[in-house]
Amino acid sequence: MKVGLRVFVLAGMAVSLLLALLISPLASGAPDGLEKVAEEKGFLANAADHSFSDGPLAGYSVRGVGSESFSTGLSGVMGVLLTFGVGYGLFMLVRSKSPG
Amino acid sequence: MHIPDGFINATTSLGAGLVSVGGLGFSLRRAKEFLEERRAPLAGLLAAFIFALQMLNFPVAAGTSGHFMGGLLAAVLVGPWVAVLVMAVVLAMQALLFADGGLTALGLNIMNLALIAPLVGWVVFLGVRKVLPSGRNGVVLASGVAAGVSVLAAAGGFVLQYALGGTGSAAVGTVAGAMAAVHLVIGVGEGVITALAIGAVMAVRPDLVYGASGVAWAPAPQAAMGEGL
Repeated sequence: MKVGLRVFVLAGMAVSLLLALLISPLASGAPDGLEKVAEEKGFLANAADHSFSDGPLAGYSVRGVGSESFSTGLSGVMGVLLTFGVGYGLFMLVRSKSPG
Repeated sequence: MHIPDGFINATTSLGAGLVSVGGLGFSLRRAKEFLEERRAPLAGLLAAFIFALQMLNFPVAAGTSGHFMGGLLAAVLVGPWVAVLVMAVVLAMQALLFADGGLTALGLNIMNLALIAPLVGWVVFLGVRKVLPSGRNGVVLASGVAAGVSVLAAAGGFVLQYALGGTGSAAVGTVAGAMAAVHLVIGVGEGVITALAIGAVMAVRPDLVYGASGVAWAPAPQAAMGEGL
């Protein structure tokens, strides 16, 4: 089975969006490896508040959306779309001038 | 493994920032050489896919989680230099929009996750590929092994930063041991997810897998040579 590039990108984006929307709300909320080590070794408290902790998408939630699951999922969808847009734009600028 | 502000002092953060700027500049120049126009959406897709997967924390031990990192996956799919840029895009979006990873720590995080993980992982990938039979399974297996090692390498990057400028009072040795123990488990997860993802792409478009090309540091040819078996 050989798929075209456009189909490949669309399918990949569909998978990414579904993971972000539906699976990310189910992700473990436990501290990650580094956080856990920091806690055990006594330097977790040294972490400063994030400079942008008031941002509209801070902490993988959409400000103003009541449902926690939906807020997380929606923030993920926005992140996937924005990351694709920024990445695509950047790589169009970086690309070699020779035709592909 | 996104470092928040405050774990590492300003001098070391600045140093890591300079390393990151240098590494990104170098990667940008190398990436230009082979990033064709038609591959730009692929690189964007890869960044978006890694962003989504990084949200999916899985439990690794009581009260501890880990998540997919993606550096080695990116290196095998688009080559090490574009991979560095893909990872940097993901980290910048996370730090600027999602308050994940500190702003003054962005250089530290880029060094560990966008430079060390894909580049060390890539070298390991090339080494493992050499000792395995060529063909699809060899590429998939080498990707999995190298992805696991890439997580440990990134954890090692943090330990180095902690040794140079950690604000905690815990000894470097105990931090190193704890980091290695937990990231060994996370690395297994990274290896499995990476192998599955590479296997899936190899099944539909092996020509899009840079690491499956016969010439390691050159662009993948239109028809992949790793498509044997």
